[in-house]
Amino acid sequence: MFQILHDVNIDWLGNRRWFIGISVLLMLAGLGSAIVRQATGRDAFNLGVDFKGGTVVTARFKQRPADDAIRAALVGKGLNDAVVQPVTDRTDTVLIKVPLEGEGQDGRARVREALNSFGTETAPATELEADPNAAYKIVGTDAVGAIAGAQLRNKAIAVTLAALVGILFYIAVRFEWTYGAAAVIAVFHDVLVTLGFFSIFQLEVSLTVIAALLTLVGFSVNDTIVVFDRIRENRKLHRRDSLYKITNDSINQTLSRTIIANGLVFLSVLAMVLFGGDVLRGFSLALFIGVVFGTYSSVAVASPIMVWWEQRLEAANRAAALSFNQPPVRGGARPAQVAPGPRKQRSTGAGRA
Amino acid sequence: MKKQNLLLRVIIIVVVTLLGLYAVIGPRHRPTLADFKWSGIKQSLATNIHLGLDLQGGSHLVMRVKTEEFLRRLTEDNFVAAQNAAKDAGYDVKGGRADIGPGNYRVVVEPADTSKTAEIKEAVEKKVELGDTSVWSYSGSGGTLTWSMTGAAERTLADNATTQALNIIESRINALGIAEPTLQTHGAQTSHQILLQMPGVQDPERVKDVLRGESRLELVHVIGPPSPQPATTYPSEAEAINSLNSAGTVPPNRKVLPYQERNETAADQTQPKPKQWVVVEIPAIIDGSELRNALASQSQGGRADEYEIDFSLKKAGADKFGAWTGSHINEYMGVVLNGEVRSIAFIKSQIYDRGQITGRFSKQTAEDLALTLRSGALPAPIEYLEERTVGPSLGADSIKAGVRASLVGLALVIFFMLVYYRGSGVNAVVALILNMILMMAGLILFGATLTLPGIAGIILTIGMAVDSNVLIFERIREELRSGKTIPSAVDLGFNRAFITIIDTHVTTIISSLFLFVFGTGPIRGFAVTLVIGLLINLFSAVYVSRTIFIWLLSRRKMESLSI
Repeated sequence: MFQILHDVNIDWLGNRRWFIGISVLLMLAGLGSAIVRQATGRDAFNLGVDFKGGTVVTARFKQRPADDAIRAALVGKGLNDAVVQPVTDRTDTVLIKVPLEGEGQDGRARVREALNSFGTETAPATELEADPNAAYKIVGTDAVGAIAGAQLRNKAIAVTLAALVGILFYIAVRFEWTYGAAAVIAVFHDVLVTLGFFSIFQLEVSLTVIAALLTLVGFSVNDTIVVFDRIRENRKLHRRDSLYKITNDSINQTLSRTIIANGLVFLSVLAMVLFGGDVLRGFSLALFIGVVFGTYSSVAVASPIMVWWEQRLEAANRAAALSFNQPPVRGGARPAQVAPGPRKQRSTGAGRA
Repeated sequence: MKKQNLLLRVIIIVVVTLLGLYAVIGPRHRPTLADFKWSGIKQSLATNIHLGLDLQGGSHLVMRVKTEEFLRRLTEDNFVAAQNAAKDAGYDVKGGRADIGPGNYRVVVEPADTSKTAEIKEAVEKKVELGDTSVWSYSGSGGTLTWSMTGAAERTLADNATTQALNIIESRINALGIAEPTLQTHGAQTSHQILLQMPGVQDPERVKDVLRGESRLELVHVIGPPSPQPATTYPSEAEAINSLNSAGTVPPNRKVLPYQERNETAADQTQPKPKQWVVVEIPAIIDGSELRNALASQSQGGRADEYEIDFSLKKAGADKFGAWTGSHINEYMGVVLNGEVRSIAFIKSQIYDRGQITGRFSKQTAEDLALTLRSGALPAPIEYLEERTVGPSLGADSIKAGVRASLVGLALVIFFMLVYYRGSGVNAVVALILNMILMMAGLILFGATLTLPGIAGIILTIGMAVDSNVLIFERIREELRSGKTIPSAVDLGFNRAFITIIDTHVTTIISSLFLFVFGTGPIRGFAVTLVIGLLINLFSAVYVSRTIFIWLLSRRKMESLSI
């Protein structure tokens, strides 16, 4: 049997301060980038036309002029803020991004006017190669108005939050509220960290990036559930062990699966980044970052939060039971000996290792 | 496991696989020999899978019906009508206004004699639709009469305007002869948006113009002395208003409109005629709703490339028009299109049901205008919110990139599974390939379209699908390590992992469903493939994979399991 990991025994919860610290640091870095950019008058995020409004024209040339020449032609027609961006997949194609203008302004028509200085465009129904006289062809446009942009943005945020709430409910029903909350916090962390990367490196946030974030939500929760599932199972099997030990054991037992499965997803996403073309690049990049942190968070963020929460609940219940001399409200069905203090447990954990 | 059970499982799997294969690459006609050749299979595949606009090329337009404009006009019309009705009944009106704001549409009438409000209300409501209490709620105080549109009526009227606009747009698209368009309302009902998708249309400029054409046609009385005096026009709006002698305001039964003789044809472009202004009487003699037909025709006596529009009226409109023209011989009549006077002519003799809009149109403009006039006026203007076009070559590039990424991803995953899990890896690979086939079949059977984000969904499903197998295999290994026999380790591995697989799949499906229900365009295409892929995965990764294990175990007593 060829095996990546053998009988791992890592004290994940013992190192939780480190893990949480790193996560907080990453989130603060992203948040800092967004705030600093906003405060200095730049955009916190490099929003694409989907959210900001504006026009992107994809033009294909027989002989592509230099970017500066295209820019000069655009400025000549009054398109001063247009951005010319080469396409990495094809050298004959450029993206021309025109920011949002007043109502009735037609970005496509104005770009065409500017490009006509390089020669004529092919007729709509013919391909560029088939027309000997034409110099270029507009092969695609995306024009989004201000209303649609704001609407798409709000919708994207609303859908993401709604999906998180749906997940929270499902896990709450299948496990406990604390598990659900921990999973959702972890996944929220993944989304924030990924968005932070997009702010720091000013990668373009488009509609497909939002789709990627939602996929990431699915993936990360996926991983978290695999661990939680094992915790649930182990709590039934090893009733005398503490939640602390059970959680550590469960993470270790599922670790090889976590690494293999996420490694494979990582490989598929890598294939998308490298071969998926420009249109999918934002999507693949968001997932690329997201898969790494999704894996990290399901191991290093979700479980510590869940354990911390459960321990507090147990402590509260014990206190309530003592003061009212009644059985505990929750945890009645649980093993009685569940929650030793983390500090004490860490010393035993070290001894075991 | 019993032999029969295994047989049943194998039969189910084979039947499902064959059906899936047929759905994907089977011809939709009586199969011929050519359908089994490589080219025939490719042909069938291309016809079976519906490609989204981003892959096959086409235009995607989102437009909004400006319903607030519809409500504003309705309120203003009612205000004018109310004032006229009060005057006709012999009550003098001192002032009033159409009070318009978001969520606030009111008609306010201030009579000269404040003690007569009850009588005026009765007179107005008898003649004007303000009496409709389902739409307008009346309140009178301090000698003024106020009709406010109810919130419910506002919503209903706005929704009706959107539906009406949708129908008109549909008839215009059909008249333009666009192939396989999809037209539907878009987003929340209150957003009054319409989505139009046109496969194959690369440059939607003309379509956009035709759809946007409001085509509000009105025939109006132009105020001024009759022929042989020329039609009364003014060089500026202010002068036109001054001519009314009403202290700089326009009385409710008059309107000042711009008038410009159009220079659509090339020869005249260099010398545009100055814009002029005319005073017209409202309400109009008749409007576009009375139109029976409109056709573009070459101008008579004009240049060969000049066109005009001939129109004819319905019976009721013709009666009204005939009566009016009969009593206004030699006076001037204007043809108003979208609030702009296009042509002015004097009434030579009584006209009943025919007329022309002259104005030196080019052929295409005249034809498009006639088309929009025939389809009826839009109840409100529309604006374009989103326009996306993809040329077929760009779409083909995307397909290539998507297929390449999928194949590379698939190859990497297959390679790893075979190296790491050896014999059992074959299991996973079979399940994975079956998953791909059935996913395509699912897309086809549900009539879903494959988009570029959809291809991304497929690539991700490869990742999720293989995760199920990894979960199962790792679990089986664990059970083997703890000393279980091979059959019980396989059994336990599947049973334990299944609980986890269900939980992980349901959560991902939940988030995908949100994407599908609330998401737009590309996001939806992604969600569809992901959900279909995950559902199929429960079959391919669990059921099929387990059957292969059962089969392996039933063949002989195994000493070791290749996992």
